[in-house]
Amino acid sequence: MSLDPRLSQRIAKTLLWAMTVLTVAVLVFIIFFILRKGLPALSLEFLTKNPVDMGKGGGIFSTVIGTIVLTALAILIATPLGVGTAIYLTEYTWENAVTRVIRFGAECLAGIPSIIFGLFGFILFVTKLGFGWSILSGGLTLAFMILPTIIRTSEEAIKSVPAAYRQVSFSLGGTKWQTVTRVVLPSALPGIVTGIILSVGRSIGETAAVIFTAGSALRLPTSLFSSTRTMAVHFYILAREGISMSRAYGTAAVLIIAIMAVNIATYCLMNKFIKKYS
Amino acid sequence: MPTDPVAIRVIRFSQFYGDEQTLINLDLDVFRNEILGVIGPARSGKSTFLCALNRLNDLVRGSRVEGRIEIDGRNIYDPDVDVVELRRKLGTVFATPIPLPRSIFENTAFGPRMAGVRDEVELDEIVRDSLEKGGLYEEVKDRLDTSALKLSGGQQQRLCLARILALKPEFILLDEPTSGLDPISTMKIEDSLRKLKKEYTIVLVTNNTKQAARVADRTAFFLNGELIEVGPTVRIFTAPADKRTDDYLRGRFG
Amino acid sequence: MNRLERKDRLVRLTLLVVAFSAVSILAVITVFMFEQGTPVMFKYGLKNFLAGSDWYPSEKSFGLWPMIVGSIYVTFGAMVIGVPFGLACAIVLTEFSSKHVRRVIKPMIELLAGIPSVVYGFMGVVILVPFIRQTFGGPGLSVLAASIILGIMILPTIISISVDSIRAISPAYREGSIALGATKWQTVRMVVLPAARSGIIASIILGMGRAIGETMAVIMIAGNAVSVPRSILSPVRTLTSNIALEMGYAAGEHRQALFATGVILFIIIMVLNTVANVTSSRRNRVKG
Repeated sequence: MSLDPRLSQRIAKTLLWAMTVLTVAVLVFIIFFILRKGLPALSLEFLTKNPVDMGKGGGIFSTVIGTIVLTALAILIATPLGVGTAIYLTEYTWENAVTRVIRFGAECLAGIPSIIFGLFGFILFVTKLGFGWSILSGGLTLAFMILPTIIRTSEEAIKSVPAAYRQVSFSLGGTKWQTVTRVVLPSALPGIVTGIILSVGRSIGETAAVIFTAGSALRLPTSLFSSTRTMAVHFYILAREGISMSRAYGTAAVLIIAIMAVNIATYCLMNKFIKKYS
Repeated sequence: MPTDPVAIRVIRFSQFYGDEQTLINLDLDVFRNEILGVIGPARSGKSTFLCALNRLNDLVRGSRVEGRIEIDGRNIYDPDVDVVELRRKLGTVFATPIPLPRSIFENTAFGPRMAGVRDEVELDEIVRDSLEKGGLYEEVKDRLDTSALKLSGGQQQRLCLARILALKPEFILLDEPTSGLDPISTMKIEDSLRKLKKEYTIVLVTNNTKQAARVADRTAFFLNGELIEVGPTVRIFTAPADKRTDDYLRGRFG
Repeated sequence: MNRLERKDRLVRLTLLVVAFSAVSILAVITVFMFEQGTPVMFKYGLKNFLAGSDWYPSEKSFGLWPMIVGSIYVTFGAMVIGVPFGLACAIVLTEFSSKHVRRVIKPMIELLAGIPSVVYGFMGVVILVPFIRQTFGGPGLSVLAASIILGIMILPTIISISVDSIRAISPAYREGSIALGATKWQTVRMVVLPAARSGIIASIILGMGRAIGETMAVIMIAGNAVSVPRSILSPVRTLTSNIALEMGYAAGEHRQALFATGVILFIIIMVLNTVANVTSSRRNRVKG
């Protein structure tokens, strides 16, 4: 017994579309729910005042600073390493055993869950190296988490620079390094920056790795060795301990808005990049 | 000042990419201040020959050479030759014009900047001089800061010519420079070449035999990686010594 | 060798060292995890460690079995939800939508991927858990809740990799099928999906890896009871939750046992990732 193919196609299409719409609806629901409950708590005060009474009162300023500093440190460490790796893989060697090992390492690193990074960061940075719960420990750990992403996007960006440009540079008497810095990197910059922005988005939302390396101190951080709390960690603690639901929603709203801003920025940049080369 | 009438000596030169031999035992002289036309069917080794002269072949995986190419008395494949300097001396223009995504000024100044020229006044002069020699200055003098990507195909190719002239080379190598251009642009470039040969030695690879007939002083015929014959253009075209040359020129194959 | 070439060689060497950073970090992580975790495993016996049902750290009893089962159940549940919906979205995105629709849906899927796991967990706590409690009974904090939330969380992974695999199928396959009179759906079902099979399988395996490794959301909604769940409404603790919950106050052998849990997790994920990579590279080789 088989259905008329056009009928079965109609059934299939309806079912598939229903499932897709449901998926998108879930996303929309989450965003609307958080924003609806969280936006009322948002105000300039909320963003600029420090938490009071373990977060029951006040704002989230110190956590905003914590998030910014931690993310900035992670990007600062991971970008040279990641872009350097990408340059080496595309410009300085052909495919061989060494490049395969490097790529394998990067791909494996990409698959490691954040809790393991948290554990690792805890043993190495917090304990063995004695940094304690600190921005330094957290930043280093986050840097290693985002490294694979930066390597991958940088490599794609560099590979898409037309080979002809390199030929021009060489034929005009450029060295390899001059070609890389004056021709390849400037053209690959939008793609590289996209990868960086993506990593920023990931770092903002990261909790498991951060809580075990940067700790959860509520005070404004004063040095690289200060412990600090990020917005994601703060949100987790507020929600879990039931300290203040309104502030929890508010923090979540800030997180969601930040992530959306990151995604929009990435999208615009990618479109500009694609337009430039097609 | 070099007084040797032979500017480039190619002596029993062979080029290999891995196991594949792309140039076979070439023996060829390029005379100073001449335009040497290089003709031949596709995959005859014409472009490979050019890239052997400027050592761009080095960038190909598995590249290996035998024999010598002497310029100014030195084998350019000597281990202590400065390849970067060599490539400035032999400016190359490719078949497809490739302007960099920059302004006309910056494109022309690209080579000198990489060579270390920093003085803005000096760069201004170099750019103007090169664009004039390339036959482009009059058309773009008012918009040097606009993107080079906006130029027409013919203008872009003349920009590529100006770009290499900015490095004050000794030789100009051209690989099918007008193959994608309209007849007027082609004519403009051929005119520039005629003027330029007073100061430079020019090797012009072309798949358009009529272009060689128009422009080249001497012509070399390549086939399957070998040099079949070389001589004054008039003689090659009217009384070729080798039957294969004759067949190619008559269009019996190609 | 002149100055310029010497500089070039220095640059190349520096970049080589930099390029090994990812591999080195991986090696260091592996070494540290095993160094911290294996002594405890062997002190109490691997069999006890993996198959023991009692996790009482204060009494030196380290049986991970309930957590292993917990991780398996929750991951399996996540696949039950994530795979059908993920594939449906992937098929719709590649075969049954116009360019404009795609331009709207695709960014939304990417946004779904960007939502922090703690927010997902929070939504689970605030909406899903009470719903389960009221409708089906039980504490609400359950395998079911975790499966649903995790299923949603792995959707972007499955969707994006499956979309890439399906897109990589050459149009000639599709055109040939349509030319033979097949409908679009028949083409998808009998030509495209089988051809994209290894890429889709790779996406599922990677989704599995993500589900197993997820921590924060699971902690918030799974109940965290140390017992083998009796039904999908029972609370459950996964390997990841085990680590995260107790790490804050564990000391001595207890802490080492948590690292050992990390080692088990690490091994499982490495195996999954390698299988996924092999599967998708097999596809590349076959398509030649």
